[in-house]
Amino acid sequence: MDIYAEEIVAHYEHPHNKGKLDGANASFHEYNPICGDDITIYLNVVDGIIKDAKFEGTGCAISMGSASMLTDLLKGRKATEVMKMGPHDVVGMLGLDPGPARLKCAVLSLKATQSALKG
Amino acid sequence: MLDVEKIRKDFPILKISENGRPLVYLDSAATSQKPMKVIGAISKYYKKYNANIHRGVYKIAEEATEAYEKSKKKVGALIGVKKIEEIVYTRNTTESINLVALSWAEENIKSGDRILISELEHHSNIVPWQILAKKKGAVIDYIRLNERKTKLDESSVERELAKNPKLVAITHCSNVLGTIVDVKKISKMAHERGAKVLIDGAQTVPHMPVDVKELDCDFLAFSGHKMLGPTGIGVLYGKSDLLDSMPPMFGGGDMIKTVSEQSFTPNDLPWKFESGTSNIEGGIALGAAVDYLKRIGMQNIRDHEKELTKYAIEKFNRISGVEVFGLGIDELDSRGGVVPFEIKGVHPHDVATIFDTEGVAIRAGHHCAMPLVVDILKKPALSRMSFYLYNNQSDIDTAVVAAERVKSKFNVR
Repeated sequence: MDIYAEEIVAHYEHPHNKGKLDGANASFHEYNPICGDDITIYLNVVDGIIKDAKFEGTGCAISMGSASMLTDLLKGRKATEVMKMGPHDVVGMLGLDPGPARLKCAVLSLKATQSALKG
Repeated sequence: MLDVEKIRKDFPILKISENGRPLVYLDSAATSQKPMKVIGAISKYYKKYNANIHRGVYKIAEEATEAYEKSKKKVGALIGVKKIEEIVYTRNTTESINLVALSWAEENIKSGDRILISELEHHSNIVPWQILAKKKGAVIDYIRLNERKTKLDESSVERELAKNPKLVAITHCSNVLGTIVDVKKISKMAHERGAKVLIDGAQTVPHMPVDVKELDCDFLAFSGHKMLGPTGIGVLYGKSDLLDSMPPMFGGGDMIKTVSEQSFTPNDLPWKFESGTSNIEGGIALGAAVDYLKRIGMQNIRDHEKELTKYAIEKFNRISGVEVFGLGIDELDSRGGVVPFEIKGVHPHDVATIFDTEGVAIRAGHHCAMPLVVDILKKPALSRMSFYLYNNQSDIDTAVVAAERVKSKFNVR
């Protein structure tokens, strides 16, 4: 299977929700020293619902593409639901399994999001 | 000239094909593939004469001891050493360097002393000195790279040596840039100032003739697995007077002559540094690897890799959007078979993943040299091809196809 499906490359080249979020009340910086992937997630959470989500960072297409897709998906979600998400949800979101070596890149933004929600 | 097609037949892994494509292995700087002679030596030991060494008086124990000790003679001969007491087996280059840090340096480095390394070092020749420096209050200095970030700056060598370091620990060849360091010259300059010299030969002993007498180094560290041998066996060469003066790093069986309730007398060299049951299969198989390399000829291997490096740099320089790092083809005499590169706008991990789908194994990352890659070259990671005696031009042609595939996936022009 081609893990560089057009969708993920499109998200990497033209990311959604990229930049700092004004009025964010939760954020977390995650760094993967092996790859050098670096990501900060910004969230605006009101009454347990994620109202808005953005990200900043640099890294590979898998990490940045999935951050772009994840921030789309987060909007309007309950924080408790997002806390329960795991790698299989990321694979579902991407529509493909990047394989064991690259899964950590794909789940980096989810990890940062969950850390931000924990506070 | 090497008969590469004949050599390739000796490496079973190169015959494996995935999706109808044979493996194109361009990551020998990380670890080398193994010829049947080496795989067979391990299997023969376990099938025919598996026994502990230096102990048993029965036939197979004697056979195992002899094969293990003979391998040291072979390894010694490869690097110009006659006395096997100067060849200590370790797990790998990292352990060899740590042995010097924990034994020689522990005794000889005092507060305020200076240890000189370079900006080309692998973590294995940085972190042991950081641990030691912290413990002792010693200072680590760096020989800097030139402005183009391709090789060591000669004026920096002189400047740093003028600070009178106690130890100069330096790589013979960068695993990131492939730059070969003139360690003979540095060794001479360091000795004139009374410093000891350790050379990290992980990327040179497998790939070219290396003679410790010519380099006149005090220590030389290298790994078996990068020179056709198995993992878990490495070498520390040390001048015998130095090794003699050093305390053992680990205590236990095999490293002693006698033990009483309150004290012990250490064994002779090199066993003083080889406590517990050794990696017997590893030593024996490393001996087989050295036999194989010697039969091919180290200079022939070096010439072959130089040619491949030239071919690869020329081919990759011709691809638009691709940048190759390190010394150019006008300085191939100072460049080993390591070619780091970048494809504009594409993360090296994405590059390596797409190469993999084309059947090409390359390394992507900081190559265990974060100060060099991240701080000096200012890259989060780099892609790297590296060559050995079994690679051919067709491997590089396939890598060019893979690079074009990356470009088309990511719309690089």
